Amino acid sequence: MSDDRKALFGRADEFMSLFKRGAEFSKELIAENERLRRKVLELEQHQNFAARDDGEWDKLRAELLMRIENLEEERSNALQRLRQLEEENHQFARRYVEVEEENNNLANLYVASFQLHSTLDLSEVVKIVIEIVINLIGAEMFAVYMLDEKTNRLEAVASEGEAAESFPKVPLGSGIIGSSVESGETFCGDPAGSDDYLKPIVCIPLRVQDRPIGALAVYRLLQQKDGFSPLDHELFTLLAGHAATSIFSARLYSQSERKRNTIQGFIDLLTK
Amino acid sequence: MSATHRILIVEDSPTMRQLLVFALKRLKGAEMVEAQDGMDGLRKVSSDHFDLALIDINMPVMDGLKLIRLIRGEDNLKEMPIVVITTEGAKEDRERALALGANEYLTKPIQSNRVLQVVRNLLKLE
Repeated sequence: MSDDRKALFGRADEFMSLFKRGAEFSKELIAENERLRRKVLELEQHQNFAARDDGEWDKLRAELLMRIENLEEERSNALQRLRQLEEENHQFARRYVEVEEENNNLANLYVASFQLHSTLDLSEVVKIVIEIVINLIGAEMFAVYMLDEKTNRLEAVASEGEAAESFPKVPLGSGIIGSSVESGETFCGDPAGSDDYLKPIVCIPLRVQDRPIGALAVYRLLQQKDGFSPLDHELFTLLAGHAATSIFSARLYSQSERKRNTIQGFIDLLTK
Repeated sequence: MSATHRILIVEDSPTMRQLLVFALKRLKGAEMVEAQDGMDGLRKVSSDHFDLALIDINMPVMDGLKLIRLIRGEDNLKEMPIVVITTEGAKEDRERALALGANEYLTKPIQSNRVLQVVRNLLKLE
């Protein structure tokens, strides 16, 4: 067989195969068309039947109404849950702010307490008290009074905003400062400020158990501070106890150091 | 683990320094370096890299305003954010510090969360 004939038979086979596929596809299309036609007929019959039968319409309507009712109930429940979640969210946000504030307050109190007990040097303790009052409370003018047990008078040993010598010596039990130290009650007045050294706006008595040590009297706050916060009151309480203990400990340590040095001096004299 | 943000705290009060370190510890990966006055701060900022500085105004040896002026005079420190933390609440004090190159001005007594918020903003943290 020549090559031309072979090529001709090959193209004929190809054409036949294509034709068969086309015929199969046409059969499939006819079958699908038939199926859809039956479906349309079915739906038309169903529609006609429903249109003719009131009972069927009522049933259909009842079903739809029930479905609508269910959907509305679901929507109402979803809205209610959304509102609950929003409320919970607000509560969490409020709680977060409260916890943050509490956290800050605790940090301030921790740092104040840590610093007060970080040294046994009396001048250092007084310096730390001053730092706390300036930086954590925000006072501009104040004085730290110490009780002279011989004269029973309170004398300013350190201050801010005015020289310590400017503040008067106050007898124990006299005026706001003397009474506060004697009673152990913190005095807290108008935060607007006072120019009268005998009338501070805050007086914190420094006491160890029932023993008066001194007082911290605040006369004026920094201009950007317009009142006392709950943290300030916590700091007043902390200073009343911890500053007094630190001052008392530092004094005892200083006395014992002096005694130890004196005794050591005697020992050295006797042994050398 | 190396620090992601290095913060210099220039403050003469140990109480304030401890409080600021305490507050800034909440920044993940932050490392705080303390300086006790302006001169100490200048030494540290000149010899090391910092992403931000918190500076007090009233300090012995060298005050905060002079330190800010010197920092802004250095080409490599012109962009470093500076936050002033001070007792000086007057408007003119604020304006002077901002004019010298401070980015933020906070007054004492400080709120730790406010400091944290300002530092986060300046360091462009979440």
